[in-house]
Amino acid sequence: MIKRKGLFSTLSVASVALATLFTFSSPGGASSSGTIAKGQPVLIGTSLSLSGDFSADGTAFQQGYELWAADQNARGGLLGHKIQLKIVSDASSPTQVVTNYQDLISSDHVDLTFGPFSSLLTLPAAKAVARYGYAMVEGAGGAPSVFQAGLTNVFDSALPVASGLVPFAKWIASLPKSQRPTSIAYVTSTDPFTEPQIPVAEKIIKAAGVKTVYYKTFPAEATDYTPIADAVASAKAQVVILGSVDVPTVSAFMQAFEQAHYNPKAFIATAGPDQGSAFTKAVGLGNADGMMVPNAWFGGSKNAMSEKMVAEYIKKYGGTAADVNADVAEAYSVGQVITQAVEKTGGFNNAKIISYLHSGVTIQSVLGPVKFNSLGENIKPTAFTFQWQGSNFVEVNPATDPGAVKILYPKPAWKN
Amino acid sequence: MSGSALVHSIIDGVLTGSVYALMATGLTLIFGVMDIINVAQGIFVILGAYLSYALSVHLGIDLFVGLAITIPTLFLVGIVVERVFLSRIKGPEKVVMSILVTYAISLVIEGALNMVFSVNYVELHAWYVNRSVRVFGFWLPYIYLLGFAMAVVLLGALYFMLYRTRFGASVRASLADQTAAALVGINVKNVSTICFGIGIAVTAAGGMIYGATNAFNASSSYDLISRLLVIIVLGGMGSIGGALAAGVFMITIEDVVSVIWGPVWSSLTFFLILVIILSVRPQGIFGKQTARLA
Repeated sequence: MIKRKGLFSTLSVASVALATLFTFSSPGGASSSGTIAKGQPVLIGTSLSLSGDFSADGTAFQQGYELWAADQNARGGLLGHKIQLKIVSDASSPTQVVTNYQDLISSDHVDLTFGPFSSLLTLPAAKAVARYGYAMVEGAGGAPSVFQAGLTNVFDSALPVASGLVPFAKWIASLPKSQRPTSIAYVTSTDPFTEPQIPVAEKIIKAAGVKTVYYKTFPAEATDYTPIADAVASAKAQVVILGSVDVPTVSAFMQAFEQAHYNPKAFIATAGPDQGSAFTKAVGLGNADGMMVPNAWFGGSKNAMSEKMVAEYIKKYGGTAADVNADVAEAYSVGQVITQAVEKTGGFNNAKIISYLHSGVTIQSVLGPVKFNSLGENIKPTAFTFQWQGSNFVEVNPATDPGAVKILYPKPAWKN
Repeated sequence: MSGSALVHSIIDGVLTGSVYALMATGLTLIFGVMDIINVAQGIFVILGAYLSYALSVHLGIDLFVGLAITIPTLFLVGIVVERVFLSRIKGPEKVVMSILVTYAISLVIEGALNMVFSVNYVELHAWYVNRSVRVFGFWLPYIYLLGFAMAVVLLGALYFMLYRTRFGASVRASLADQTAAALVGINVKNVSTICFGIGIAVTAAGGMIYGATNAFNASSSYDLISRLLVIIVLGGMGSIGGALAAGVFMITIEDVVSVIWGPVWSSLTFFLILVIILSVRPQGIFGKQTARLA
């Protein structure tokens, strides 16, 4: 009986606590009012992979966010409020990223949130943020799994990943039969960013009569790529499409191919070669020659906003336009999307921001125009293929684009 | 899948596995003598890789020649770490505490490496890194052959030290029973310190090969330590021979599975084998209940 009485007391206390919690909380979260006192900064929270597998990308994203914040603060901030970034590290962990956003919203009371790096982390992060009614504008979560989760608060300013390889696949298919490769190998990491890209490209290339001689996936946590690369080399495919998320994967395959004296006529990787000097330092500039990567942005983009950002990046971090990681621009574009949303809605109310971004408006960014569909995908960007040609990182596809230069095909021999 | 692809995967596995075995040997030696699970072993491997990188890029020193500097350097680093941090850990919670302390050391080193070298990936370059030689129809990379030869030499030297020297006898006595070793006049504390130094020193060699075959940054240590721990658990905690056998066996199996069934099954098989073997032999393949040195 005493035990039962104790149980009732515990339940009563818990009920009161829960009732209090519900009374003083609201679905809109910490910034549901959307107003910030005069003279107070606007606090923007984000979780980035500053250590772990995505640390190189996470750090580039940090640079992009900080560049945008510095630029915007130089223009007076957001609606007169200085921008203060609260950046925490998730160590590339899909579980830590959830904890981080929960803390950012419930403990740090950030006014807005920016997305993390990679689709793998964006999906759990966006779900967590949605519970508080916050918008999540991000620049690196373009996998179909992110948009198929039924979320209404996520907006990806970058290129949807599924269409990334389409220009390359169309280019292969468009080659005259005498030049068209006869065989192709597909090898991809099990990652939401890479896997959706391959079937789309394969369908186009297969229809052009190019035979698939190797198609395998490998676990994202793989560290020894030698047997996989050797198997691809043994298949002697004339073209290789590698579903990679980082530099080490591409670097390992390139090294193993060279060691096996195998040089495909065309070699494209879904990520890695787009990381500027981070890529060329790892693989050597000589071996980078001819390597391709799909993306919607590169350092030499003629977009005026992009040119300004690249100049500022070089001033702050040094290097050349080719050295600027595409992640920097993707992060910067997130800030630009939020800038317009805040200015047009006249405040920091996340519900209004979500509604505004779903209204079909077009926003200008360093990536080019951004317009979201009902799923939060950017429907405006054009997919391009970029290639390292000597020390230059240039646009090569679509060939009809005014900025495109002639593609280096076949790929030059390994030079290291 | 062709027969030659299978043979090639076995060769790849043996060559790569020997380097993992070398790295794991240091880890198992440290556990065997000190009852310390050094989860910082992965970051020490990366530290070794960065030291080789710095010597190569800034001073133009060849990767293998540089080992004459990096191995003693990491030996000294190991001595300092053991004396300053690990020698203070005592009592029944020593193993658990050692995990926490070495993890903290790992985080500090990771942070320092990120500050000095940035998080951008780098790779070690030398004329032989990307070249290979054709043997019986197979292209065998020089770097893996050299790494294999280096691992054999260093493991041979370690074996000689353990079984042919007076210090080795002290180490083996400490491995078997620290109290009894102390009673017969062995300075177990000094033996522990030197063993920790040796265990860390071998990471310089392993790190150099790792850095020449993988683009790396400080965070690469996480993938390494999980693999190294599996190898020493499978071989038998504290067993040098076990680490050697398990390193070669596991990496070879992983490579063969990758070729036969596909890469996605290789990691699964890696851990499945661990579970199966441990369920039959909880002490690992070469682990012994009383004397842990194979």
